[in-house]
Amino acid sequence: MSTGACTIRDLTKSYGDVRANDGVSLDVHRGEIFGLLGPNGAGKSTLVRQLTGLLRPDSGAISLLGHDLVRHPERASRLLGYLGQESTALDELPVGLAAETTARLRGLSARAARTERDAVLDELGLTPLAAKPLARLSGGQRRLACVAAALAGARPVLVLDEPTTGMDPVARRAVWAAVDRRRTADGVTVILVTHNVIEAETVLDRVAVMDAGRVIACDTPGGLKARIDDEVRVELVWRETAPVHLPEVAALSARNDGAENGRRWTLRLPTDEARAAVAAVTGGPAFDALDDFTLTTPSLEDVYMSLGGRGEGLVKA
Amino acid sequence: MTTTAAENATTARPYEAAAPLAPRAAFLPALGAVYRAQLARARVSRIPLLFVATFQSIGIMVLMRGVVDADPGSEAARSVVAGSTVLVVAFVALNLLAQYFGRLRAHGGLDHYATLPVPPAAVVLGAAGAYASFTVPGTVVTAVFGSVLFDLPLTHLWLLAAVIPLAGAALAGLGAALGLLAPRPELATLAGQLGMSAALLLGVIPAANLPAPIALARDLLPSTYGVEALARSFGPHPDWAAVATDLAVCAGVGVLALAAATWAYRRAALR
Repeated sequence: MSTGACTIRDLTKSYGDVRANDGVSLDVHRGEIFGLLGPNGAGKSTLVRQLTGLLRPDSGAISLLGHDLVRHPERASRLLGYLGQESTALDELPVGLAAETTARLRGLSARAARTERDAVLDELGLTPLAAKPLARLSGGQRRLACVAAALAGARPVLVLDEPTTGMDPVARRAVWAAVDRRRTADGVTVILVTHNVIEAETVLDRVAVMDAGRVIACDTPGGLKARIDDEVRVELVWRETAPVHLPEVAALSARNDGAENGRRWTLRLPTDEARAAVAAVTGGPAFDALDDFTLTTPSLEDVYMSLGGRGEGLVKA
Repeated sequence: MTTTAAENATTARPYEAAAPLAPRAAFLPALGAVYRAQLARARVSRIPLLFVATFQSIGIMVLMRGVVDADPGSEAARSVVAGSTVLVVAFVALNLLAQYFGRLRAHGGLDHYATLPVPPAAVVLGAAGAYASFTVPGTVVTAVFGSVLFDLPLTHLWLLAAVIPLAGAALAGLGAALGLLAPRPELATLAGQLGMSAALLLGVIPAANLPAPIALARDLLPSTYGVEALARSFGPHPDWAAVATDLAVCAGVGVLALAAATWAYRRAALR
């Protein structure tokens, strides 16, 4: 018996010569928070736009809760709540009315829509801003108001495209608490697009790593990190320039991901080599040129790099 | 391609019954919700432009009163007042709505509506209805001011209650269709401005003073019939059958324009 919420097979979508999605296959389980992680241009938004019925795939299959969305894209709006990256449609509306109207357009009665509006505004801490138009809010608050609209009117699946962009930590926590409440209480499945690796590690149950239109790995954040758990990341910050005339530093230079003449070096090394490297730069004459160093266990960014990702555009915050 | 997708769909079908679909939003409640939201938008950002629409029409009437031989109570005076009044509708319903939909389409704002189970006609009609409503104060002020300025009777200004919604439907439908079909927002703005300029020139200048090809263009412009109906009502013995015919043309064009706008919305929202 499957517990699948969403099944995607061989999905392909091209814009001219560019393959935005190139044979994507995924299985999202019911009640999980599933992430799509990758830098800008990896094809994450193209994928969710097909999932939400906004874009027709060139070929491939999408099944959402047993419905064929390639054949019936219009059903998506009756199965999922979508938060896109743009807020143009809501910008000039007061926050409360944005949530209420969206709930109403999700088929709720006038009374139910008002109740839903009050509940979701309260849940996200937006009640004091209910009468303010979105356009007059800060970027993070505006994003939060869009999240409120996306959550107004229950749906078994939520598709959220970078929901916490620009938010402060308090707002982020409110969003994740609201999402988690729906998952725990109602078994809601969440498909989340992010390019924030820290968020991905803390929030997601499973994550598909995307690069250049393809899924290059799919596992739990822990499972992905376990693939490279014999590696450690060493970050060295030099006072001015790296003392590459010293043989122990010159040896490390070959393993550096950053620029050789830059102040900041990043080395991904097996544990024993990392220990030796730290001993070399802290024990000898290189120490005088060293401003700071850190040793960290691998993050999803390291996984992404080790899988051959280009590594630009991921955010750590 | 379609065959491949269909075959794959079969292989991807899950092993359990499909989940129930949430109900669609019914047409009238959705229309009401969109209309109400659009009215709220007007409070936030549209009010200065509504003043501009009214001042523009009042300015034209003052200008015509001063420089053109438009005797008070004359046929030319009726044309000027009726044309200036309907121009307010053209400014807001055609020009501003074309800009609004052009911007919404260009910046992904249509995605919001396209991912909600709402009938496309409810979105288009709700926005068009709201923009037609925005014109009510300016239209009334312009008509009253113009009637006083040109010594026209105020007796039949109740006709505005039919002219505003019907000319509004025709012009808003046209504006929405232009905004949704324009490939770039600047083109939507340009089309809206041109439509409004046409309504200005062809509506305010009496038909008798226009050369034949331009008179034909005037007959093709939906606002003309709103202007004609209103102009007739200023006469000493209005021909109500002709007024009804003019308004019926507005209504017919309105239905066609709104249907075209709804089609354009579907096309723009789902790619």
